[in-house]
Amino acid sequence: MISSFRTRQFWLPRPLFSLFLALLWLAMVNDVSVAHALLGLGLGVAIPFTTHAFWPEEAKIKRPLPLLRYLLVLLVDILRSNLVVALRILRPARYLQPGFFVYPLTLDDDFAITILASTISLTPGTVSLHYDAEANTLLVHALHLEDEEEAIATIRERYEQPLEEIFR
Amino acid sequence: MTSIDMPWYLQFIIVAFLLFGALVALIGSWGLAKLPDFYTRLHGPTKASTLGVGCTLIGSLLYFSLQQEGISVQEALVTIFLFATAPVSAHMMGKAALRRRLKGVPGTRNMPER
Repeated sequence: MISSFRTRQFWLPRPLFSLFLALLWLAMVNDVSVAHALLGLGLGVAIPFTTHAFWPEEAKIKRPLPLLRYLLVLLVDILRSNLVVALRILRPARYLQPGFFVYPLTLDDDFAITILASTISLTPGTVSLHYDAEANTLLVHALHLEDEEEAIATIRERYEQPLEEIFR
Repeated sequence: MTSIDMPWYLQFIIVAFLLFGALVALIGSWGLAKLPDFYTRLHGPTKASTLGVGCTLIGSLLYFSLQQEGISVQEALVTIFLFATAPVSAHMMGKAALRRRLKGVPGTRNMPER
């Protein structure tokens, strides 16, 4: 994607992201002053300008409200998954039944798939290991796998369908 | 010695968060040491440690927000960065293990043949 020197696309590819970087800078130095605000804005312009050639196509977040709900569900699930994994670690290893399964994706946006893979790694007893771009599948390792079908159905219902709704 | 001037119940809450975080981190490390193979050990650092660090950070956030003027937001940033990066490192390690054809513990279901 090459745009000419005079357009906003060239100098400021993503204004919201620049603003986010500036706010992040202010939060990181924990000090709200004009000097730091200017420095943050400078970084917010400079970082996207130097790196945007490496970025994938922009993902469109269509609905912010489901995104908020998704993040809440994720937070609760992270808490639950931590406790579940802690319990499994404390029990003797012979009760563990680790296994792999292949998760067929229905999403096709790269950014959405990245989020789904991260979600799978952060939630109960599963880590995503490999993304097969041709077959559009994720290879997932589960710490304790009892029923593949059930695991796949849970991921689809709880995470993939909300993500589809957000990025559609 | 620094003096701590806050009510006892706030101190109690902060200590509870710190201790719980430390306990969960300990369990995670224990899992890293005792789980049977590489793939199961991946689960320790991605999960048990996120909650451990999360609780410790909540304790730190409460303490510094109450001790100093204004709230401190750096802890929230640490949490966000941790949640964003932990799955990526687990994914890369898992990929490397698959590439090297590391064997899973006997009884692992559907071990990929590659």
